[in-house]
This record gives sequence, C-alpha cells and structure tokens, in this order.
Amino acid sequence: MAKILVFTELHGSHVKGVTLEILGKLAGHTVDVAAIGAIPAEAIADLAKFGAANVHSLKGANLEKYTPEGYANALKGFIAGGSYDYVFAGATSLGKDLLPRVATMFDAGMASEVTNFIMEGDKFAGTRPLFAGKCFAKVELQGPKPHFVTVRPNALGMNANPTAGAASVKEDAVDAGAIRAMIKDIVKGASEKLDLTEANIIVSGGRAMKDAANFKILEEMANVIGATVGASRAAVDSGFAPHAMQVGQTGKTVAPSLYIACGISGAIQHLAGMRTSKVIVAINTDPDAPIFTKADYGIVGDLFTIVPIMTQEFKNLLGK
Amino acid sequence: MNIFVCVKQVPDTETKIVPSGDGSFIETSSIKWIMNPYDEFAVEQALLVQAANAGSTVTVVRVGSVKDTEALRTAMAMGADDAFLVEAADNLDSYMIAKALKGAIEKSGKTPDLILSGKQAIDDDCLQVPQILATMLNLPSVSVVVGYEGSATDITVKREVEGGALEVYGVKLPAMIACNKGINTPRYASLPGIMKAKKKPLTTLSLADVGVSDADKRVKYSNFQLPPEKPPGKKFDATDAAKQAQVVKDVVGLLRTEAKVI
Ligand SMILES: Cc1cc2nc3c(=O)[nH]c(=O)nc-3n(C[C@H](O)[C@H](O)[C@H](O)COP(=O)(O)OP(=O)(O)OC[C@H]3O[C@@H](n4cnc5c(N)ncnc54)[C@H](O)[C@@H]3O)c2cc1C
Repeated sequence: MAKILVFTELHGSHVKGVTLEILGKLAGHTVDVAAIGAIPAEAIADLAKFGAANVHSLKGANLEKYTPEGYANALKGFIAGGSYDYVFAGATSLGKDLLPRVATMFDAGMASEVTNFIMEGDKFAGTRPLFAGKCFAKVELQGPKPHFVTVRPNALGMNANPTAGAASVKEDAVDAGAIRAMIKDIVKGASEKLDLTEANIIVSGGRAMKDAANFKILEEMANVIGATVGASRAAVDSGFAPHAMQVGQTGKTVAPSLYIACGISGAIQHLAGMRTSKVIVAINTDPDAPIFTKADYGIVGDLFTIVPIMTQEFKNLLGK
Repeated sequence: MNIFVCVKQVPDTETKIVPSGDGSFIETSSIKWIMNPYDEFAVEQALLVQAANAGSTVTVVRVGSVKDTEALRTAMAMGADDAFLVEAADNLDSYMIAKALKGAIEKSGKTPDLILSGKQAIDDDCLQVPQILATMLNLPSVSVVVGYEGSATDITVKREVEGGALEVYGVKLPAMIACNKGINTPRYASLPGIMKAKKKPLTTLSLADVGVSDADKRVKYSNFQLPPEKPPGKKFDATDAAKQAQVVKDVVGLLRTEAKVI
C-alpha cells in the first residue's frame, strides 16, 4: 500500500471531475487530498465519497490566484512534511504547469498525462499516449520519491470507492515564497462552457463551415446536448474560430464520450487530438473522407441540412 | 541580452509510428525529422526580442543525436547566432533533457537573460522540460504563452488556459518562457540565411560534459504499442433528400440505444 497525495483544483463549490476519477482508481490506498484555499462542504462530501481519507486546505498569502512559483513553493512545503510515495493531479492547464516544477524540487520524476494506471502494492505502472496518440507505452517511475503523475481528464471514468467513509478536514499553513512571475490579470475566454479537454460531448466544425457565423448551427446543437464546440485547424486558420477551440496535434487533445465531426476531413493531425473519443460521429459530403474510417457512425451528407435535422432529433429525444 | 532557445527534433506529424517487434523501442529508420513545430515559435520570438534589444545574442541548444543537426541549422538559418548540441540517444526522459540543457547553457559561458522553448515536444508530449529547466536554474517560468511584450528586464506574457481564458503575467527577467501557437508567425529561413548558417559555430558536447548519467533517469518506458484498431463503423447515406430525416433519426436512436452516449 502506498501513501498518496492527490492535488485538486476547485471549480466553484466542486472539485474537478478528474480528481474523483483518480480517487476512484486508488481504492485500497491511503489517500490524502490537498487544495489551495478554502474547500467548500460540497467538495469535501464528494472527496469523501470517492475515498479521500484526509482533506487538506492549504492556506497562505499570495495564493488567491495561480502562479507557477507560488503554488509550487506552497505544495512543496506541504508535501515535504508528508512522506508521500506518490503525488497525483489532473493533466489540466494548471496541473501540467505546476507538477513538473514541484517534482523537480524533490529531484523526482513525473509521468505526464497518463490515460490509465495500476498500483501494484506501492509500485505505479501507467499507460500514456505518445506521438499525439499514434502510439501508447507503459510508463514507470524510479529515483527519489515522491513520484509525480498527471492524469488526462475523462480517461479513467468515474468509479466511486466502495470503502469510502468520512474524510477529516485540516487547514495547513503554507508559504508561497518569492514570486517573480506575478499574475496581473485574467482575461475571460470565448467560452463559458466546460473546456474541450474536460467536455463529455464535443461538436466540431471544419473548413466546410465556410465562415464564423455558420458555427451558430453547431452551437445550437451543442446547447441541446450539453456539448462544447470545437474546430479543425483549417477552420481556425481561416478565422472561423479562435485557436482555443482547435482540436488536434497543435490544438487540444480531447477524450469525450461523444465527438461529432462536421465537415472535417480527418487529417492525421486532427485525428491525433480526438481519436481517443469513445464514440465518433462524422458528417461529410465526401463518402471517401478519411474521418469515416474512424467514425462509429458516419453520415454522408451536407452538414448544413443534416446538423439542423439532428438538433431537432436530439430535442425530440431529450424532450426539450 | 543573452537569449537561449531550446529546440528538439521530432518525427514529422505525418510520420507513421512503428514500434519494434517486441515493443521495446520505436523504429526510427524511416522517420522524417523536423524541428518541433512549437519550437519554431520560440526561435521566432528569440529573434524578435533580439531585434528589439541591440547587442543581444541568440543561442540555440538541443539534446539529441549528432547525425541530425538540422533543427539547429534551421534555427541558425532563421537568424540565431550559434548553437550547442548535447549528443545523446533519443530515449532520455524530460529530467535528463532538462539537466543536459542546463549543462549546455552553463558551458556556453553566458548567463541567460531569457530562455525560450516550445510549450511541448510533439513526440513525447510531456510538457515538462521548460518547467523542470526553470526550476533547476531557479528561474520563474510561464508556459503555453500566446502573447509576449516588454523590455530587457521586464516582460508581460499571456498564458492560455481552459476555455480560451488568458492569464496575464508580469515577469522579471531572467525567466523561462514556453511558447504556444499564436504568439507570432515564424519566418522562413532565407537562402542567404541557409548559406550563412553553415558557417555559424556549432559546439558539440557529450552527456558526460554536462554531468548527465544513467543515474538521472526518472521515467522508464516499455511496451510501445499502436492503439487498437477500431472496428469499422456504420455508414449511412443521407445524400437523398427524401431519406435524410429517417437516416438522422436512426443515427440519433443508435446514439441512445447502442452507443449509450446521449
Ligand atoms: C504541423 C501540423 C499541425 C497540424 N495541427 C492540426 C490540428 O491541431 N488540428 C487540425 O484539425 N489540423 C491540424 N493540421 C492540419 C491538418 O493537416 C488538416 O489540414 C486539417 O485538419 C484540415 O481541416 P478540415 O478537415 O476542416 O479541412 P479539409 O481537409 O479541407 O476538409 C473539409 C471537409 O469538409 C467536407 N465538406 C465540404 N463541404 C461540406 C458540407 N457542406 N457538408 C459536409 N462536409 C463537407 C469535405 O468533404 C472535406 O472532407 C496540422 C497540420 C500540420 C502540418
């Protein structure tokens, strides 16, 4: 059995879904959870339900907003007192930036963005994609402990921990130390919706969308089924959508349960970002488009007629 | 200013990845190598900063195989002044690469004011080296940067996070900045640039020169495998206007009853 810390981010009154995915997978181990700042009661209840034994709320000056140095110093200070074997976090924007810094403070190694893992006793073995998902490999860690791991959101699935009970809650004072990269401002993004990397359903448009205004039909469908809208690089480079919406090798890697590709040919660099989607639907006028070889359900047809009909069908099905 | 750029050579994005028969390594014989696409933004940013700060130098650093120095020559053809290569096999982990980069920067004899890199290498997709290198050098770092402005001592950078939001950081140099697509438009190397690059100094170091050994290995890979092939899906013809509505209804029905995702 290993002693494990899971670092979590808070999203309003909830912890991020990936934290619960990780906890579910760690059933049988002693798992602490730490977050920066106050942890709302709802979040604590969720953490307990998924198996957290102790929940630590890390408090100190200059930690209201994320900074790489401030969070790293704070987390390092906390971890140093805990004799942990492993530290896990979600492979989110923050997790991917923070964890390598903290790992290096312990001279320790880190496995990035694993999509699955097992703990055999106190030994971690993960699986992770390389070359934009064109290949997978087993990844193990060695050298000084604790070892660090980030896990891709939506990859493990939600499994509540059957032995879960109540979690104790502690406050720990931490020190952000000197911060030389100070946050000055946060500019809100185009989308208030769940980020592509965390979305459970994605509707994406390609070059065939022809212009930015036409993305409205994808947004209408997305609103009905609770999806986030994405785009191919051709659509982004043509100015139909911002880069933050790009899925693929030089965009975001996503893992939704449903990906609907509208007017996207299925170039290798686009597939790189979305091939691990559980179910893929493609709408394309070209019956030979490569996307059809990856699609579970392919519809050969014009997206401008198919998408509105599909939106209506979803409405009927969901009683909206 | 002493500006450093870390570059990596990676397989072209179109390359088919072929694991060896026993899955212990990736076959590299038929791979076409290119400069990591994100590193092109870093090289361009270095040249822009150099142009804005008279007397600055741009030094490119790479850890990798000696037979392929193309990425370094490309960066010098774009305008970088000199280059360091730490000769190594392709199977180093992020910790070793960062430690080797640190060693090479120290061997250059110049104290960095700014270190730039891509946000991620598209072969191992780890997103670790910039943060590790910054921590080893005790520098602040900002990753996934899509906007850069400022002087030789203070800069403002924009980091892209979830939902397209931007975190705006004020950073005191020296610092490490990892670039994302959108920060600039990389220039092409001109023909005279390519000719000049051949004569620019390229220093080769060994892992031993920069103090890296097998004991630094933290991450072990094995069992390289292609992802499982998906069984062929179902394809429906909706080109006939009379059948469209029924086809879409059928597919939506299947998403509920068969795929169970709606
Ligand atoms: C280094 C590098 C990195 C890259 N990174 C990415 C990346 O991150 N993401 C990415 O997506 N691409 C990336 N690309 C680009 C990629 O190679 C393709 O060019 C791009 O994905 C094509 O986008 P598309 O499918 O929208 O456009 P196209 O390939 O032009 O396809 C448009 C499709 O729409 C169909 N169509 C046309 N009209 C209609 C209609 N009315 N209804 C339905 N279908 C219609 C056509 O049949 C066609 O299949 C990268 C390329 C390189 C070299």
